[in-house]
Amino acid sequence: MSFPLLTATAALPAIGAIATAAVPAARRTAAKWLALAVSLATLVLAGIVFARFEPGGDRYQLTESHAWIKDFGVRYELGVDGIGVALLALTALLIPFVILAGWHDADPLETNSSRWRPTQGFFALILMVEAMVILSFTATDVFLFYILFEAMLIPMYFLIGGFGDRAHAGSDENAAAQRSYAAVKFLLYNLAGGLIMLAAVIGLYVVAGSFSLSEIAEARANGSLDMATSTERWLFLGFFFAFAVKAPLWPLHTWLPNAMGEATTPVAVLITAVVDKVGTFAMLRFCLQLFPEASKWATPVILVLALISIVYGALLAVGQRDIKRLIAYASISHFGFIVLGIFAMTSQGQSGATLYMVNHGISTAALMLVAGFLITRRGSRLIADYGGVQKVAPVLAGTFLIGGLATLSLPGLAPFVSEFLVLVGAFSAYPVAGIIATVGIVLAALYVLVLYQRTMTGPVREGIGSMPDLKVRELAVALPLIALLIFLGVFPKPLTEVVNPAVQHTMHDVQKKDPQPEVEAAK
Amino acid sequence: MSATAVHSLWTTAGGVTSAAPGDRFTAPTIEYAQLAPVLIVVGAAVLGILVEAFVPRRARYTTQVFLTIVAIAAAFAAVVGLAADGYATKNAHIAAMGAVAVDGPALFLQGTILLVSMVSVFTFAERRLDPAAGGNRVDSFAAQAGSVPGSDSEKAAVKAGFTTTEVFPLALFSVAGMLVFPAANDLLTLFIALEVFSLPLYLLCAVARRKRLMSQEAAVKYFLLGAFSSAFLLFGIALLYGYAGTVSYAGIANVVDGSVQQIDPALAGTMGNDALLLIGGALLLMGLLFKVGAVPFHMWTPDVYQGAPTPVTGFMAAATKVAAFGALLRLLYVVLPGLTWDLRPVMWGVAIVTMLGGAVVAITQTDIKRLLAYSSIAHAGFILAGVIAASPEGISSVLFYLGVYSFVTVGAFAVVTLVRDAGGEATHLSKWAGLGRRSPLTAAVFAVFLLSFAGIPLTSGFSGKFAVFKAAADGGAGGLVVVGVISSAIAAFFYIRVIVLMFFSEPKADGPTVAVPSPLTMTTIAVGVAVTLVLGLAPQYFLDLASQAGVFVR
Repeated sequence: MSFPLLTATAALPAIGAIATAAVPAARRTAAKWLALAVSLATLVLAGIVFARFEPGGDRYQLTESHAWIKDFGVRYELGVDGIGVALLALTALLIPFVILAGWHDADPLETNSSRWRPTQGFFALILMVEAMVILSFTATDVFLFYILFEAMLIPMYFLIGGFGDRAHAGSDENAAAQRSYAAVKFLLYNLAGGLIMLAAVIGLYVVAGSFSLSEIAEARANGSLDMATSTERWLFLGFFFAFAVKAPLWPLHTWLPNAMGEATTPVAVLITAVVDKVGTFAMLRFCLQLFPEASKWATPVILVLALISIVYGALLAVGQRDIKRLIAYASISHFGFIVLGIFAMTSQGQSGATLYMVNHGISTAALMLVAGFLITRRGSRLIADYGGVQKVAPVLAGTFLIGGLATLSLPGLAPFVSEFLVLVGAFSAYPVAGIIATVGIVLAALYVLVLYQRTMTGPVREGIGSMPDLKVRELAVALPLIALLIFLGVFPKPLTEVVNPAVQHTMHDVQKKDPQPEVEAAK
Repeated sequence: MSATAVHSLWTTAGGVTSAAPGDRFTAPTIEYAQLAPVLIVVGAAVLGILVEAFVPRRARYTTQVFLTIVAIAAAFAAVVGLAADGYATKNAHIAAMGAVAVDGPALFLQGTILLVSMVSVFTFAERRLDPAAGGNRVDSFAAQAGSVPGSDSEKAAVKAGFTTTEVFPLALFSVAGMLVFPAANDLLTLFIALEVFSLPLYLLCAVARRKRLMSQEAAVKYFLLGAFSSAFLLFGIALLYGYAGTVSYAGIANVVDGSVQQIDPALAGTMGNDALLLIGGALLLMGLLFKVGAVPFHMWTPDVYQGAPTPVTGFMAAATKVAAFGALLRLLYVVLPGLTWDLRPVMWGVAIVTMLGGAVVAITQTDIKRLLAYSSIAHAGFILAGVIAASPEGISSVLFYLGVYSFVTVGAFAVVTLVRDAGGEATHLSKWAGLGRRSPLTAAVFAVFLLSFAGIPLTSGFSGKFAVFKAAADGGAGGLVVVGVISSAIAAFFYIRVIVLMFFSEPKADGPTVAVPSPLTMTTIAVGVAVTLVLGLAPQYFLDLASQAGVFVR
């Protein structure tokens, strides 16, 4: 038996989390370094996974399979396809930056309490989330995926509720109340989605008699498993609902601005750049593969929801006065693009959606983390409290600008490639949808540039004058991310190469052909 | 039924026995070895009473605790021995002249009840939490149960450092009744077992050391409503006897499925009358649903859970539920399988209102013990979904759920005993604010229990919930599964609320402290956590055990 590489990639951060949590209260800094080291080692393992993955090979590679709970028909089955491997790499890549950016976010305010160890807890929880996300990107057993999908909520919940943004307007008590409200809202939305999915998971087992993705897909393909149309639709809806909450798709999105606003910026990045990707990833892997007919049946409605998300998210982003909430609404708009790409059911659309997931992760991380550095300096999230930052802290302003330009998909930066592919895919199948989605791009330019103009340009505002520029730690976060955005914008081949074959498999699952000869886009 | 019918019943019954006085009498054969678990516990309980009478006061506590723990361990060993002899599977049979079944479900449930009782007895014996009274370490039980609250005699008893060590034999009697309850194979044994385990519980509820009036009120409520339910049960038994001419499970089942055509001349007017069967069966079910705390027979639960001494609450919530669901299963699967389709709509209704009712009302609770009481109601609903599945899978899923649930429950109530302020246990939720800051470990443990109650994956609660929902969906009760997940989502809200309170609220200046317990309570809590995590991550072995044990003997 070969070395269980995927298990190791997931187990390392999990073990690291326990080790970090066990560091004594006084050795706070040691815990931080340990967490960073673990996340870097995980990145190395993820790199090996990425390197070992052969784009032209089997659909699922590096597979592992062990009996787990026989009575439930559950196996511990792992395997990655091109989509999984891209997202796994994204996750492993972002976590070190999240940890670095949150270096001081969980320092205890008073150092007298010896038993309360928030710092250790903070980094342990981040690593725990990483382990669960990695495992969920690699699970090929529906039950295993479900368990991780749900269990992930608990560490996320504690990260949101337990470690608030210090830069909160208003009293401490008010901040704590809002934070706990945001955490509870996050948990209840996602838990409700997950429980509805549980009913569908059980239903799937009753119908199919197995939880193995490959077994069910095979049985469906050779006709030995015949699902009644209505059954398939109900099960699809059960799964899709959970993923749409997680993604988040309008009108199930309202938890995201609260959660991202109240959480510390690294945690906000963790939510939107990493954890939420599980939702869109699962639409591709589970909804399309297990319920192809129902997916096609639901496409019109989902496309409408995606378009509403794109326009509505962007419009609300324009109107925000709070930097973090602005980025949250921008993310909702972007998730609309991802869903649009997935359900356009063209290969460009789906390749684009997968690339979009990766690129959105990187660009949001860059923008949000730099915004976090800004907010920490001034102690306010309100756009109105800023102005003229570029005169005082030019490097900060510059990195913020690049992050922002990536968010509005400027050509030359990575998100442009994916947005372009999604739009091409959408145009070729549903021209009207493509046209409406373009509105989102225009609005994106508006909210990003207005944000930049109001915060960075103009006269230096009160309280900004003494603002220090980025420190070494902060540069170590911002610069690599920007470098990546540029690199993937100019040379997306390493990603497209891995993603495209997987997309062909998915297209085959839904038995869709591209409406016209394939465009060799963005090669 | 008219007076003459009653008259003829008695005269005929008398005629049969008087026809052959003496010579037709055969001594009953009692398989003592197979009844060993029950006999050991009853024997120890009787010994415990003698201990109260003859052992000096100083030595009573040690003697009682030792005796109780040894008895429960020995009884558990006997259960394991019987299971190893194949009584759970191929050798399953009916002992004591048809009164008690020795089969898989019975042994599984007896084993669960004994283990849960063991860890509950540890919390009964805990003496480090309450401040010492009269120079003695004291437990959660009244100094002298007979003295009026607030009276001089109470003060004298407290000052003298008395303790109520009678709780141990009482608990043993209760355990003995619970052991028989799910194994009872005729309706009279069922009734006697019910009374044997209920009466000591009524008493145990009444003997709290603190808040004695509340405790006594709880006991009275429990007793009165319990007496009602017993009456229903007994009436149901009478009607079923009228229907079938026998109280044995197999005998009734035979009449129900029509394999017995011969009509007892004494019951010619009633036998085979479906009205009697339906009403009798329904009354019987009401009696049992009362004990499991299903809506609409749940009214006693919150008051009793809140008023009873917390160790007793934990014991009652866990062990009673196991015993009562065991009896319910046997009744539905052995006696009334022919009625599956008649009872289904009713059971569906009960399960739905129980799941939703428990979850919705729990949201408004402000006392942790009441909250757990309503949560136990919601859980009863989930278990009912498995009961309704009407398949071997349904049986084993219910067995598994009961095992899972009982350990989490005992553990959770054990944590409740630790959080105290000057007035004893601080059960009001507002006092739990910020507990996670002061005592991270205690709060984390309680959070694990709450997450398990909420059925979050990787905890035992999820495995159990999944097992019953899967069985229910397989058994054609998909609608129940949908209601189940909806009420799980509602229930999650209030479990999460407690976690929010513990971890995200600022601790209050005059908040409660967490008492450091003796190794006894620590063991209880540790066992609870271990079971929660092990059954969450690797439940296969226990699922196997439950599915092997999932066949009733007839």
